[in-house]
Amino acid sequence: MSTSLKGENAPEIAAYNFAYLDEQTKRMIRRAILKGIAIPGYQVPFASREMPMPYGWGTGGVQVTAAIIGPEDVLKVIDQGADDTTNAVSIRNFFRKVADVETTTETARATIIQTRHRIPETPLREGQTLVYQVPIPEPLRFLEPRETETRKMHALEEYGLMHVKLYEDIARHGHIATTYAYPVKVEGRYVMDPSPTPKFDNPKMHMSPALQLFGAGREKRIYAIPPFTEVVSLDFEDHPFEIQKFDRPCALCGAEQVYLDEVLLDDRGGRMFVCSDTDHCETRRAAGHVGELGAKEAAQ
Amino acid sequence: MLSEQIIGGFSSPVFDAQSTFRALMDAFARPGSIHAIKAGTQPPPSLSAGAAAVALTLCDNDTPLWLDAALQGAVVSGWLGFHSGAAVAATPADAHFALVADTANLIALDNFAQGTQEYPDRSTTLVLQVASLTSGEPLVLEGPGTNGMASLAPTPLPRHFIEQWKQNNARFPRGVDLVLVAPEGVACLPRTTRIGIVRA
Amino acid sequence: MYVAVKGGEAAIRNAHRLLADRRRGDRSVPALRLDQIVEQLGLGVDRVMSEGALYDRELAALAIVQARGDLIEAIFLVRAYRTTLPRFGYTRPVDTAAMLAERRVSATYKDLPGGQMLGPTFDYTHRLLDPELAEGSEVPEPELRDEAVEAMPRVSDILGGEGLIEPDGAMPAGHVTGDITREPTEFPMERDTRLQALSRGDEGFLLALAYSTQRGYARSHPFVGEIRIGEVELELEVPELDFPVTLGRIRVTECQMVNQFHGSAKVPQEFTRGYGLVFGQSERKAMAMSLCDRALRARELGEDITAAAQDEEFVISHSDNVQATGFVEHLKLPHYVDFQAELDLVRRMRAEHEAAHGGGERKEAAE
Repeated sequence: MSTSLKGENAPEIAAYNFAYLDEQTKRMIRRAILKGIAIPGYQVPFASREMPMPYGWGTGGVQVTAAIIGPEDVLKVIDQGADDTTNAVSIRNFFRKVADVETTTETARATIIQTRHRIPETPLREGQTLVYQVPIPEPLRFLEPRETETRKMHALEEYGLMHVKLYEDIARHGHIATTYAYPVKVEGRYVMDPSPTPKFDNPKMHMSPALQLFGAGREKRIYAIPPFTEVVSLDFEDHPFEIQKFDRPCALCGAEQVYLDEVLLDDRGGRMFVCSDTDHCETRRAAGHVGELGAKEAAQ
Repeated sequence: MLSEQIIGGFSSPVFDAQSTFRALMDAFARPGSIHAIKAGTQPPPSLSAGAAAVALTLCDNDTPLWLDAALQGAVVSGWLGFHSGAAVAATPADAHFALVADTANLIALDNFAQGTQEYPDRSTTLVLQVASLTSGEPLVLEGPGTNGMASLAPTPLPRHFIEQWKQNNARFPRGVDLVLVAPEGVACLPRTTRIGIVRA
Repeated sequence: MYVAVKGGEAAIRNAHRLLADRRRGDRSVPALRLDQIVEQLGLGVDRVMSEGALYDRELAALAIVQARGDLIEAIFLVRAYRTTLPRFGYTRPVDTAAMLAERRVSATYKDLPGGQMLGPTFDYTHRLLDPELAEGSEVPEPELRDEAVEAMPRVSDILGGEGLIEPDGAMPAGHVTGDITREPTEFPMERDTRLQALSRGDEGFLLALAYSTQRGYARSHPFVGEIRIGEVELELEVPELDFPVTLGRIRVTECQMVNQFHGSAKVPQEFTRGYGLVFGQSERKAMAMSLCDRALRARELGEDITAAAQDEEFVISHSDNVQATGFVEHLKLPHYVDFQAELDLVRRMRAEHEAAHGGGERKEAAE
């Protein structure tokens, strides 16, 4: 079947397949996804296509989603944890247009969740697939820019350089200075970039019931973490991995132990902290949870 | 061209391939789980409908295909060539995919492409036709996707399968992956899955 | 009260409506027609076809209008369409010696079979703005020579006949020509896929790299063996037929650079090659490409790799302007989740620093 992206009266210059990609491209991506699942954390090279959105804006995630999505899926797209950020809106509309697929903002209802920079707060379940948009898939890239070299390092499981880097941070700053895209080791073998999610989200990857797929379009790599797979953040005995803790709950819904966005209210230091995961926040408020700000309003 | 070579492909190529792929993806992600293949095909004799659907979903002119002795011959290769564009591989080591009808008599797994240490993905995926996934000797599966432990009871299996599979595990990250296709559906054994036998 | 920013959908819709308005501009000015762009902005169309890697003038013109004249945006539009097209097969290699050339110049010989032909060039125009063009004045018909076109052998073939230049296109035995649009990039590359990447690489990037080789960063003593612009025939082999089918003609620009000789006690001295071929008329791009091609052959020719233009992974990974513009521009997307993580860490480290140093005045000295 094909979908026309043009208006009724426009001349038919261009027609597109279901989910935009042609079938041969989908097969190529599907083969790469299966290899990725079979070799957790290994970056499978794939012949990434040009997509109708710019490289760096989620073309890898979009290709993965386009290759797996079907008419029975329910799609959720988030950017920074939110469903209504402009790039999330744009990608969601793209799939509505080219795949005529049902979309949702509810984490629990979605079968496929495409994300940039966050993992939803609501725990994922079996049968869900989380698709990450990845800018730089190579965790060793900033230590060694050459693909020819990093490929050897992965082949030989030679990850000393990464530990040296993290330890230099400690020597210099007293802390591991990596706060996002924090490297993990998958099933005891491959060191992997979790995409630029804050390290707050790293523990959610470990033994997740959901399938996690990673697409890097510009860098032409796909990788995967099957459900129930060990994902360990790199650390040291004397500097164990720890996640960021916020010293206050969400101002809107009162949630604790969630990731918060800092919102500036004025230029005199006024600020508030609210859930980054908008669906989580809305669901809690609908269930009657009230944060500091909501309580104030109610009092007025 | 024989008419039996040009009939019997997917009736709805886009959606049949998508649903078959999702069954495969779920089966790869959760070794031991069995997923029905809904897309119908009418392949020539000796190629099962399930294996044919898997081949049409994954194979094309970029993926040389190896056929075991039971499938060799113009009819099956002609049918696959017509519907997928896939060409027959010269040797098992050149094959991206292998289709196997006589699973009990399969040649040793290490004849197939194993990938390299740098590119472990460049290995053969074997599609094995089996009579059943539930009535054979139960296998205990461990590894990613099994949530501690899973089981599967495929029959028949290649000779010395448990020993061969241990060797396949030892080659990690190199190694082959298996797709087992039976009338009740598809199950997968990726190279990360460790297999034991239940002792009665 | 604070309300989480909503209305992304409406904002996008309105932004695109405004874009459409600005693209159209003053409604009292006639809208551009695609044929006007094809006919009168032909070199812009050629660049879009070349770097968009799709030979279709009308679609390239449409892309240029849609992109408001931003050629990299237009290239991107064409690429995103091209990628959805089914692949029927690969044509036979084009024979540029049989080109119906409109321009042909050689810097290595004063005269040669087929002659020198300036063709439609900016060369030797005085770069004085021409007010008459602004008035749309009449343009006289061109003068074309009408004698039968003489055969125009390639300079590289003439040199090759004397054994003075290395053989062309030697690839390892059994090598199947690659396709960068169907296979993931793998380094080191072979020359076939490298040339494909260069041919659709960004003109500005290749121009700067080519220029750097002339200024001593991997100098290659280049001579323009020849540049030719014209139409070549495309032929496809069809399995059922024993003769190739002609699909049509495309216009290309080819540059054959004759470079620094090499040789040793075992191999007699001979010149080396740099090659450039692009869709349409773009001499600058073809020349830059040929200089980059030669520089990137350093490994193959046993030369020291000392300069950026010789570094294959660096050049090829950064030559694609669709990739480059996407990734540079993606920095404007929201990154506040990651920034929050960094903010938190810096605040925490500053607090610890103050606690350790008594919270006194700021220290100026760097650690």
